[in-house]
Amino acid sequence: MKSENFVHPYIPNSVPEVKAKMLEEIGVENIEELYSDIPDQLRFKGKMKLPKALTSELALKQHMEKILSKNKSVNEYDSFLGGGVANHFVPAICDEVNGRSEFLTAYAGEPYEDHGRFQALYEYQSLMSEMLDFDVVNVPTYDWAQAAATSIRMAQRITKKDEILISELIGPDKLSAIYNYCQKSMKITLVKHDEVTGLLDMKDLKSKLHKDLAGIYFENPSYIGIIENQGKEISDLIHESEGLSIVGADPISLGILKPPSQYGADIACGDIQTLGNHLHYGGCLGGFISSRDEEKIVMEYPSRLFGITKTEVEGEWGFDDVAYDRTSFGVREKGKEFVGTANALYAITSAVYLSLMGPDGMHDIGRHLTQKSLYAKKILGKIQGLKIKFDTASFKEIVLDFNESGKTVQEINKALLNHNIFGGIDLLEKFSWLQNCALFCFTEMNSKEQIDHLASVLTEVLAN
Amino acid sequence: MENKYNRLRNFHQAKWDEEVIFQLHNPGEKGIIVPEVEKEIQNEIGDGISEIPASMLRSEKPNLPEVGQMRVLKHFLRLSQQTLGADFNVDIGQGTCTVKYNPKINESFVRNPNESELHPMQDQSTCQGTLQILHEMGEFFKEISGMDRFSFQPSSGSHAILNMASIIRKFHEVNGEDGQRDEIITTIFSHPSDAAAAAVLGYKIITIHQEEDGLPSAEALRSVVSERTAGLFITNPEDTGIYNPNIIEFTKIVHDAGGLCGYDQANANGILGITRAKDAGFDMCFFNLHKTFSGPHGSGGPAAGVIGVTDRLKDFLAVPIVGKKEDGSFYLDYDLPNSIGKTRQFYGPIPVIVRAYAWIRSLGAEGLEEVANIAVLNNNYLLHKITKIRGAASPFPAGKHRIEQVRYTWDKMFKETGVGTYDVTLRLADFGFHMWSSHHPFIVPEPFTIEPTESYSKEELDEYIEALQRISDEAYSNPEIVKTAPHNSVIHKIDHSVSDDPKKWAISWRSYLKKHGN
Repeated sequence: MKSENFVHPYIPNSVPEVKAKMLEEIGVENIEELYSDIPDQLRFKGKMKLPKALTSELALKQHMEKILSKNKSVNEYDSFLGGGVANHFVPAICDEVNGRSEFLTAYAGEPYEDHGRFQALYEYQSLMSEMLDFDVVNVPTYDWAQAAATSIRMAQRITKKDEILISELIGPDKLSAIYNYCQKSMKITLVKHDEVTGLLDMKDLKSKLHKDLAGIYFENPSYIGIIENQGKEISDLIHESEGLSIVGADPISLGILKPPSQYGADIACGDIQTLGNHLHYGGCLGGFISSRDEEKIVMEYPSRLFGITKTEVEGEWGFDDVAYDRTSFGVREKGKEFVGTANALYAITSAVYLSLMGPDGMHDIGRHLTQKSLYAKKILGKIQGLKIKFDTASFKEIVLDFNESGKTVQEINKALLNHNIFGGIDLLEKFSWLQNCALFCFTEMNSKEQIDHLASVLTEVLAN
Repeated sequence: MENKYNRLRNFHQAKWDEEVIFQLHNPGEKGIIVPEVEKEIQNEIGDGISEIPASMLRSEKPNLPEVGQMRVLKHFLRLSQQTLGADFNVDIGQGTCTVKYNPKINESFVRNPNESELHPMQDQSTCQGTLQILHEMGEFFKEISGMDRFSFQPSSGSHAILNMASIIRKFHEVNGEDGQRDEIITTIFSHPSDAAAAAVLGYKIITIHQEEDGLPSAEALRSVVSERTAGLFITNPEDTGIYNPNIIEFTKIVHDAGGLCGYDQANANGILGITRAKDAGFDMCFFNLHKTFSGPHGSGGPAAGVIGVTDRLKDFLAVPIVGKKEDGSFYLDYDLPNSIGKTRQFYGPIPVIVRAYAWIRSLGAEGLEEVANIAVLNNNYLLHKITKIRGAASPFPAGKHRIEQVRYTWDKMFKETGVGTYDVTLRLADFGFHMWSSHHPFIVPEPFTIEPTESYSKEELDEYIEALQRISDEAYSNPEIVKTAPHNSVIHKIDHSVSDDPKKWAISWRSYLKKHGN
C-alpha cells in the first residue's frame, strides 16, 4: 500500500500528487526526512506482523460479522445474570441520541461551539441529582468500582483519616479495584454480615468503630441483592464516630427505594449502565458520585463538574466547569486524584433515559422489578433441591442455594446452558462461604414465561 | 466576504435557545411506558411494594420532568446540533487528542446485538467472538509496540497510567524495595495524569522541565534519579511534537538506578510502524484506543488505554487477560501470580476495543504506517504554514521537524495586539472550528496545540489555516471583532464569575433553583 498508488479511504492525502505538493511546500524530499530526529537504532526496520488489510468495507463487515456471530447474546438465550450489570430495556431514543454523530465524535471543545455537550452533561447531573436527592453529581468516571474507590479517597481527604470500613458483601471485582486504588494510603477493614439475614452485622460494625475512621462503604442493594434496611443506623453510628457514610446503589432501584441521602449517606455512588445503556460484555459502565452541595465535599471531587450560568445575552443559558482548579487538568499532581476521558457518552444516554422515564417511569420500573423477583422467589422456592437463601427483602436479585441437591452451580449452569439459559452467577467464585449458591437476576426483560421455563428446567435438572 | 479568504465558510452554528430539560416539564406527559408485569404475576404477588421494608421505601417519586416522547427526542437532537463533533469540522485544533475519522462501519459492529447484548458473566463458550477480538488485539499490540503481553483493563489513558504505577509498586514490593522507592519522575510536557495518577498511589512526583531545545535533558534526569526512584513516566514525542532522540539514554539512566520505565503512548499516531516502545528500552507502555486507534471520543469517553509490558513484568498485569487454548478456543486467564488484581469491573471497555480492532483490520501493517506518515506530513505542512502567520510561532528550535503535533504560541500577537489564545479559540468557533490551548501549566505562553492526524485533506487543512490567518489579520487591524467573539456560535460570552463561588455555583438544576430562584 505504501509504495503503490493505493489510497485508503481514511487517508486522503495519500494521493501521490497531493503528497508531492505538500512535501515540496515543506521543502523536503520525502517523508523519511521528517523522521530525522528518530535515531537509526530506534527505527523499526521490520514489518509489523498484522493480518492482511481488509480495505474494502464489505470485506471488513463480513469479517467482523463472522467473528461476532460466534457470540450468543441475551436476546437468543434467557439470561438471569446480574452482579453489577443487567439486561434492562433500552428505549429507542437512547440509541438514537447515543449514536448521533455530534455527540459521538465531539470531545473537548469550548462551552460555545460545544454548548450542547455541556448542557447534556449538566442535565445528566441534574436528573441524577433528583434520583439521588442530592445537589451534586459528577460527570461519571469509569465504573462503579472507580466511583467507590474515589468516594472513599474523598472521605479520606475530607476527614483527614486513613481507615475505611467496607461491607464484605460488595463484589470482589470492585473490592480488588478499591484495594489497588487505596494501597499505601489507607487501611481497609471489612465488616461482616449476618449469615441468616444477609444484612450487615451490626455487632461486628460496632466492634470496629473508632474515632480514626474516614467512614464506611456499603451497598444497597448489596451485591447479593439484599435491601439493607439498617442504612440509617449504620449512618448514625459512623457519624457518631466522626466518619462519613458512603453508599453504593443501583440507580434503577431508586424510583422505589430510598436514595442513600435519605438514610444519612454523605456520598452516594454506583453505575449508570442500568439506565439506558447496553451490556457490551460489561464494557459499557459509568461510575457516578453524588453528594450534598458543601464546599468541603465539592472541592474533593476529582471529576469534571459542570455548572449552569448566564451569558451576556439576556435569556441565554451557558454552562461552565465548576472549580476547575481542583482538577489534575488544572494543577497536575496537586489536583484531586486525576481526571481524563471517561464515559460522557453513556452519561448523555442515561440523561435521555431518565428524561423519558420521568417520575412515573422510574417508580414503575422499580415496582416491576420488585414484582418479578418476588414472583421468581415464589415459583423457584417450591423446587425440590433448592432453597431461597435469605428470607430478607431483596431487589432484582436473589440467591438460590443448591446445597440440598448435591450439585454444584457449575454443573447446574452447564445443564441450563443446554436449554439456552444463562443461569445465575456462581457465588462460590466470589464468596467462599456461599458454596453451591448462585445469584439470579430478574429484570423487565425476563417474561413470566421465561421464569416459568427456568423453574421447569431447574426442577428437571435438580431431580436428575 | 473578502476574496482573500475564499476558503472560509459563511458559517453559523445551530442555535435553538433550547430550554433546560426541567423547563419542558408538563405534568402528566409521558416519554415512555414501562410494561406492567403479567396479570398472573400481579395476582400472585400484588404490587410487591408492601414487601419492601418501610424504612427503605421512597416516599415521594423522584422529581424528574414529565415530557412527551417526541419533545425529549427533539430536545436532545437540538443539543446535539449545538455540539461541534469531529464529523462536522476540520477537527485538528484539539491537539494531543488525535481527533481523527471514526469510520461509520465500525459503529455497526458495536450496535450489533452479538456485541452489545452480551453479559460479562455468561459462559465463556458463548462469547468466543468477543474473546477472539480481545486475544487478537493483544497480538496486534505486541507487533505495534514490541511488548510481550497486553491487558485491556485500563478504562482510559489516565487509568492506564494508574495501572503502570500499580505495576511499579508491585514490582518493587516483590523485590523488597517498595519502602525505599517512593519517587516517580515525569516531564512537564507529559500529560498531567502522568504526575497525578502516580501521586494517587502515594508517589512523590519529580517533574523535569525542558531545556532550550524543548526537550528534557539526560543530565537533568541523571540529577534526580537515585535509590528512591521507582520509575519514569514519559511521553515521546512530548506535547511539543518533538521526538526526544535521547530516549534510550533516559531509560538506561532509570534502569541503572533500579527504576522501571513507563511509556505514555496515549498518542502514538506519528510513530506507528516507525519506532517501538520496547526498542527504546521501556518496560511498559499504553495506547489510547479512542485516540490513535480511532475510537470516537464520545463527548469525553468511552475511552480505553491498553497496557503492554515486557516479559519480566508479564505476570504483573491487571487480570484477566485472554488466553488461547490448544483447541483454538479462547478463555479469560486470571492466573498471573504477581498481578495487581483488577482495576476495573469485568474485562475492559469492549465497544472501544471492537471499533479499534476493526480499524486496525481495515488498515493492516502498511496502512498503519501510512497513517503515521501522512499524520507527520500533514503536521509539518501545517507547521510550515502556521509559522508564517503574523503573530504565531512554534517555540524551540526553528527548522526542526515535528512528529504528529506542534505546540505553537500566539505570544507575539498577544503582546502586539492584546489578542491571545483564548480570544482566537472563541473567534475560531465563528468559522466552525475548535482550538484548544494546552495542558496547564502554560510553559509556552499563549499556547495552542494543533494535531492534524491523517484524516483531513490538504484543502481542509488549508481552510483551517486560512481561518487562523484571518483571525491574525483581524487581531492586527480590528481586534475588537476577535475580543468580542464568538459571533456565530451557539451562545455568547459566558459569565464565569459563578463557577468558583460556592454560593453561586449550581451543579444541578435543583441547586440552581435553590440559589438563583427561577
